[in-house]
Amino acid sequence: MNLFSAQAIEDVREKQAEWEDGELAAALKSRPEEKPAYETECGIALKRIYTAADVADIPASDLGFPGAYPFTRGAYPTMYRGRPWTIRQVAGFGNPEATNQRYKYMIQTGQTGLSTDFDLPTLLGLDSDNPMAFGEVGRVGVAIDTVDDVDRLFDGIDLEKISVSLTINPSAWVIYAMFVTVAEQRGYDLHKLTGTLQADPLKEYVAQKEWIYPVRPAVRLLRDLIMHSARTTPKINPISLSGYHLSDVGGNALQEIAFIMAFTIAYCEEVIDAGMDIDDFAPRLSFFFISHQDFFEQICKFRAARRVYAKIMSERFKAKMPESMRLRVHVQTAAMSLTKVEHHNNLMRTAIQALGAVLGGCQSMHTNGLDEAFAIPTEEAMKLAIRTQQIIREEINVTSVIDPLGGSYFVERLTSDMETEIWKVLDEVNERGGAIKLVEEGWFQQKLADSAYATFKKIDSGEKISVGVNRYVDETSGSARVHIHPYDDHCTQLQIDRLNAVRTNRDNGRVRRLLQELAQQAESDDINLLPKTIELVKARATLGEICGALRDVWGSYAEPMIV
Amino acid sequence: MTETSTVDQDSNPGADAEVHSPGTIRVLVAKLGLDGHDRGAKIVARILRDAGMEVVYTGLYKSPNEVVNAAIQEDVDVIGVSLLSGSHVPLFRELGRCLREQKAEHIFVVAGGVIPEQDYAALSDSGVDAIVPQEARADLIVTTIRNLIAARGRI
Repeated sequence: MNLFSAQAIEDVREKQAEWEDGELAAALKSRPEEKPAYETECGIALKRIYTAADVADIPASDLGFPGAYPFTRGAYPTMYRGRPWTIRQVAGFGNPEATNQRYKYMIQTGQTGLSTDFDLPTLLGLDSDNPMAFGEVGRVGVAIDTVDDVDRLFDGIDLEKISVSLTINPSAWVIYAMFVTVAEQRGYDLHKLTGTLQADPLKEYVAQKEWIYPVRPAVRLLRDLIMHSARTTPKINPISLSGYHLSDVGGNALQEIAFIMAFTIAYCEEVIDAGMDIDDFAPRLSFFFISHQDFFEQICKFRAARRVYAKIMSERFKAKMPESMRLRVHVQTAAMSLTKVEHHNNLMRTAIQALGAVLGGCQSMHTNGLDEAFAIPTEEAMKLAIRTQQIIREEINVTSVIDPLGGSYFVERLTSDMETEIWKVLDEVNERGGAIKLVEEGWFQQKLADSAYATFKKIDSGEKISVGVNRYVDETSGSARVHIHPYDDHCTQLQIDRLNAVRTNRDNGRVRRLLQELAQQAESDDINLLPKTIELVKARATLGEICGALRDVWGSYAEPMIV
Repeated sequence: MTETSTVDQDSNPGADAEVHSPGTIRVLVAKLGLDGHDRGAKIVARILRDAGMEVVYTGLYKSPNEVVNAAIQEDVDVIGVSLLSGSHVPLFRELGRCLREQKAEHIFVVAGGVIPEQDYAALSDSGVDAIVPQEARADLIVTTIRNLIAARGRI
């Protein structure tokens, strides 16, 4: 069934033709439009007006209802009327105690979920005393070396009451092991424990570029994590499929969704091949998208993503439970859109992008700090970012009606156009042999690098406008005086001292034996590595030791040189 | 040895560093430390290539010592480092030390990425010859490098 009757469409077409010949023609004659053609950021052509005729071919079943297949209109039946999105600002820096203090400040300011950024050595599976960790400890995130650091990170925070998102990737399975160990030590019921790990390896190789092992062992670690988590911590989301980074590295909205869906398919195939039913793990797959500058394109992107995902899970994987087809998404505003020049403008940019995320139906959100083009955000910047979300939530009445833009001729047309384009890319990925193979070949990497360069050229030529930077430039505004979040120079030494203490006080023979056992298990593809990892964590093995043991088995990733 | 890749439109990765054309500026675009943000570095590599320079890209996760070795081996005029991890002060200090140690101070160092103005002096003290701001247009990046070479008086 279509949205409008054939007769209604016919009437509209007739009236539109009259209008085009009449009012429109006259207006164009007296005042031509500013540009010969208009399009979205990702290159979909835009008409000047949309009518019922533009949605004539869209079946009503493609829209559906919120909380029901294909989820175009929202993930849940009551959306923000039943539960507002979670205000989840990411934070992490210095030693665990420093981040813990920031968490407590943000909870006090009204944040409703936690999110952890880890420093680069932790992300890459290196201990703080590794020579490659030089200068990086506690810099862009919190430093974690052992399970005791995770305990310090969440000191005084009730993990049964507040959900925690862990932005961790190649070393995610170790951080998961530490997280559940801390929960166990505190006597929590693991079946009630909530939280999300990012743990999306394919997007690392193509976008965020944090890796340890070659592609296939990294996907195997994710498979082990998904399966172990489904059985022992059923409320934890073991993965957050992160389109955000695909955008951050230059991808457009279509690439963001299409590529991440290609990765989703690859991961599902891995887990299913290992013998798990789709409905036993799909409900805990979660997503992370950007809310970028092209307002309507972004809103339609969220809607199209929900629809494509629902269809993939239902049609391709034959999922039966609605929860397996429901795309839940955490959204972050676009760091790439922030400028150092006139940095207060970033508040406006972020507020508009945040509104787009809400109209697009996000479940959780991080709004960027206005100073993030300089360094990691200060407390004051984070407060303004939280306030931005609270103003949208409490003051402007955009949460009363679900999917308020649904049914807009334009929004429905663009949603469907984006869906069509996403399927085209997914078909191509299929034909070329699937996402894992294409990541190894650098196919996605090349597409994203090309897209990034094209965007740069548009900015460089002034075609893409950045207010205050290449348009409305105020020569007198000079360089901003921004208070920058200070780096704690003692952070590295404290981590190293603690590592030394741990290594002195534990049973080193046992740790060595367990590391050997882990390495042996890794040789075989059939053994889940999580139980042994949890044993290691409890025996106070360090993150670097555990990751290093597998590096000895699998080797390191060699990056294809794509520029 | 640091694995590097020659950025060449004709895709000639086997090109010998010794046969590069005289008169052409050679640049090593480098990523230092554990910072994975390579969008900017790759764009800069293409900009410089499009401006007629010979560009070699190091790939990710290079130590200061590896970058200096690659620069010497590739016989470049300029090392362009992009850093967005906030670790620029200690890493450029170490890069400068390695350049001096290897007697390769004739190679210019240009910094880009997320570098707050308050750190400019520290970078300059470490031997950084120029800092390209985040919002720099292609022209400025190319001109900065050409001006450094011109001031030296030869290629």
